[in-house]
Amino acid sequence: MTQINVRVDGTSYSDDVEPRTLLVHYLREGLGKVGTVVGCDTSNCGACTVHLDGEAVKSCTVLAVQADGGTVTTIEGIADGGTLHPMQKAFHEMHGLQCGFCTPGMIMASIDLVGDNPDPSDDEVREGIEGNLCRCTGYQNIVRAVQQAAAEMRGTGTASAPAEAVARA
Amino acid sequence: MTAVEDPTSTTAPEAPANQVGQARLRKEDARLITGATTWTDNMVLPGMLHLSVLRSPVAHARISHLDVSAAQQRPNVVAVYTGQDFAEEQGSIPCAWPVTADMVNPGHPSVAVDQVNHVGEAVAVVVARSRSAAADALEAIDIDYESLPVVLDMEEAVQEGADLVHSHTSSNTSYHFVFDAGEAGTGADTDQAFADAEVTVSRRFVQQRLIPAFMEPRSVVVQPQGDNFTMWSATQIPHVLRVMLAMVTGIPEHKLRVIAPDVGGGFGGKLQVCPEEVLALLIARRLGKPVKWTETRSESLMAAHHGRDQVQFIDVAADREGNLKGLRVRLLAGMGAYLRLITPGVPALGAFMFPGIYKFPAYRFECDGVFTNKVPTDAYRGAGRPEATFAIERIMDELAVELGMDPLELRRKNWINAEEFPFTTVAGLEYDSGDYGAATDQALELVGYDELRAEQQRRRESNDPVQLGIGFSTFTEMCGLAPSRVLGSLSYGAGGWESASIRMLPTGKVEVVTGSTPHGQGHETAWSQIVADQLGVPFEDVEVLHGDTAISPRGMDTYGSRSLVVGGTAVVKAAEKVVAKARRIAAHLLEASEDDLEFTGGTFSVKGTPGTGVGIQEVALAVFAAHNYPEGIEPSIDAEATFDPVNFSFPHGTHICAMEVDTDTGFVKIRKYACVDDVGTIVNPMIVEGQMHGGLAQGISQALYEEAIYDAEGNLTTGTFVDYLLPSAADLPHFDTGNTVHPAPGNPLGAKGVGEAGCIASTPAVVNAALDAVRHLGVTDIRMPLTPERVWRAIHTGGDGGDRATAGTNAYGGASTESTAGVSTDASSLGGDR
Repeated sequence: MTQINVRVDGTSYSDDVEPRTLLVHYLREGLGKVGTVVGCDTSNCGACTVHLDGEAVKSCTVLAVQADGGTVTTIEGIADGGTLHPMQKAFHEMHGLQCGFCTPGMIMASIDLVGDNPDPSDDEVREGIEGNLCRCTGYQNIVRAVQQAAAEMRGTGTASAPAEAVARA
Repeated sequence: MTAVEDPTSTTAPEAPANQVGQARLRKEDARLITGATTWTDNMVLPGMLHLSVLRSPVAHARISHLDVSAAQQRPNVVAVYTGQDFAEEQGSIPCAWPVTADMVNPGHPSVAVDQVNHVGEAVAVVVARSRSAAADALEAIDIDYESLPVVLDMEEAVQEGADLVHSHTSSNTSYHFVFDAGEAGTGADTDQAFADAEVTVSRRFVQQRLIPAFMEPRSVVVQPQGDNFTMWSATQIPHVLRVMLAMVTGIPEHKLRVIAPDVGGGFGGKLQVCPEEVLALLIARRLGKPVKWTETRSESLMAAHHGRDQVQFIDVAADREGNLKGLRVRLLAGMGAYLRLITPGVPALGAFMFPGIYKFPAYRFECDGVFTNKVPTDAYRGAGRPEATFAIERIMDELAVELGMDPLELRRKNWINAEEFPFTTVAGLEYDSGDYGAATDQALELVGYDELRAEQQRRRESNDPVQLGIGFSTFTEMCGLAPSRVLGSLSYGAGGWESASIRMLPTGKVEVVTGSTPHGQGHETAWSQIVADQLGVPFEDVEVLHGDTAISPRGMDTYGSRSLVVGGTAVVKAAEKVVAKARRIAAHLLEASEDDLEFTGGTFSVKGTPGTGVGIQEVALAVFAAHNYPEGIEPSIDAEATFDPVNFSFPHGTHICAMEVDTDTGFVKIRKYACVDDVGTIVNPMIVEGQMHGGLAQGISQALYEEAIYDAEGNLTTGTFVDYLLPSAADLPHFDTGNTVHPAPGNPLGAKGVGEAGCIASTPAVVNAALDAVRHLGVTDIRMPLTPERVWRAIHTGGDGGDRATAGTNAYGGASTESTAGVSTDASSLGGDR
């Protein structure tokens, strides 16, 4: 067992984990952060996407020990109290989800995408989220949602993007 | 939970009428977008044990040696079970649809006892304290297999003397199902129609195996409590599952509760009684401990049921002017190694849809259900109807080419006209309503047809390496499964009704209990809209309960585009009963005659005295108090209703795909996709559009990307998401969707169903478009999925680009003669009959 210290959604945890434990299993089974889900075993679907130190990662492809000393944000940690993150709100308003299983990963990947590209075109969104699979929506409303959230994040400055990136847009 | 605002709500709570038709944002989303969802795999119970399944790596073999003792010694392993341990109690996975009286069902053990019949079949189960401990112990199981000949190709499997999947059966054919319109009295003699025909065209189409690939892997948790058992499962069918599990395991039905919590997609793939569900229940019973099994994606792809898998032989007869004269279909339908819940019924469901929207005077359908050493097939979005739609819409294009007609002109000439509804088809179905011409005209405008045709011409003339093609699919489907009497006549093991009840709570809030179990469709929102209108209560005051046999005791669940049509109607009927019961109380409270009351906007008032009266929510409180109500009635306005439809509903639509084909590389790219669908009255246009998008993605993906491939030994070579190409956002186009509205006459909502429409309609439109782009190069068929390699081969080396050349393919290289005579030997569907 290896000891790790990790901050997840604003709370600090200290745990002993098997070295082989994947971050997603640590989140789900160790911390009860079951909002993050597992959809495949080959890192194709992206359902497990979280932010590690501000970058989107597939948490099935990261060992828990690699997150030692890091900061993890999951779908459960992006709303500000009672206020949804603009990306959550946009997925709701644009009907960017149906069964909702891919949604946590899709939202986390999209936030990262908009951080890198605050004003993505249709094609840029489609390419930006191609590591996240959805079987329900055909993606069209997800693209609309990401663009709406991007607009709101540009306008309100709530983007997780660096300030200068927002300014360039 | 984080509150979700509803900015599109344009109706103030005090005037909640006319919710139906509004794009209300979904109630479900609040938990789904915040990670507060209850997936089965999230469940943790005290003392819960974890199951891991050892699966066969070989397609067909006897188990010659099996020793689990080493695995049992592994740390944290509680038990290891094999088929021998459950041989006496596991029974067979049930098949509810014996499509013929003499159908052969070899029986389907949940865990193999002495023989395995497909790769991925369960051979042992480890029970351990953790998921990883259970998985680790699998490798300590010692098992040897004695190989048997592997049966994979359906056309070989049905030959005399072929190797057998099941040695105790006399052939690999499970059943032979026939529908003959002449014999049924719904059409003319088919052989005569073909004998008299001026033109016949015959084709062989392959419906490749697909994998439903719901995003949430299957998962099941079972908690034993004395002689009671509660099962949580990622299933589409908690109600059906409960009945079937009771029958299979002998656990009395009233001792078994099945809960489908949040379920992450199904598409027919979770319309099943899964071996692992049975095993989890048996193991929980044996150990007296809660157990959980959650599959890996690789397990899901190899062991959950697949869909499609047909070889289709189809012949069409017409006169020189393009008037259709007859249709003949013969299918080889892949069952896989076993029959699961409705495995044999899927092609039978399609039997009635091959004539499509056309007025065929004669029709004959034959189907052989064929066993192979592959995982069983069963329902996948559309279940039988996409296969039928593909065949008819593809061959209509082939006939148009044969006749030198525009494919749309041929369709117009033969489809049922708007004024002819209701129309009884040659398959004996009564199509309810619609206007194929109107949908087509609107779709042509939406796609910008004339402009695309002009561009196609320019590219042809300039010999552009990237050619453009335009493909049509003018389709209908039978939805709203289903009239129980019709299901009975087709030997289906259950009815097609749906149940709903409405509970009026003392504070005026409303609980709606539905037997239709959602897994992404948005029932909670749509049902709330319906009830808000019916009862005149605010949308927000309605809560929809579902998916738990203890809370929602009666139901037939969700599949076959049935929820709104059947389940939604049951909700309407229950609401009508609530209003009728409330009316008596209201009349009593208002000291008026029931006949003098009107009910509008949630209020009962005496006619002609607006602004006075009593609200239905006040009536609910009055009934709760029960201090003052009429003699002789019960103090309740709650109500329950069961709706059994008298007919199917028939959504229809026109789908148009414009496709770019790079003739140098074989790469295809959808340039434009437009469709206009008539799904009847629309309750929530946002949800309807979303359902269309998702269906389109899956139908297009069948045409372009997906195929479950087995190698010569029966190994699934597309057993991960690396190999099975599920499209990403970058792989799919923008969809332009539209609607015409012809309400279904068969239900008070006027709804026809929308869940499967896009998936059923789109596949042939895409393939027809690709062929339209390269037909002038001599290509007459390209086998799905249209990979660059297949497209390139079809263009440059002939055939359909698939594993085998399609007979007759090259007849269209120039002026065709061979197919005009309708005799392309290998493609003729009736073999020795001709």
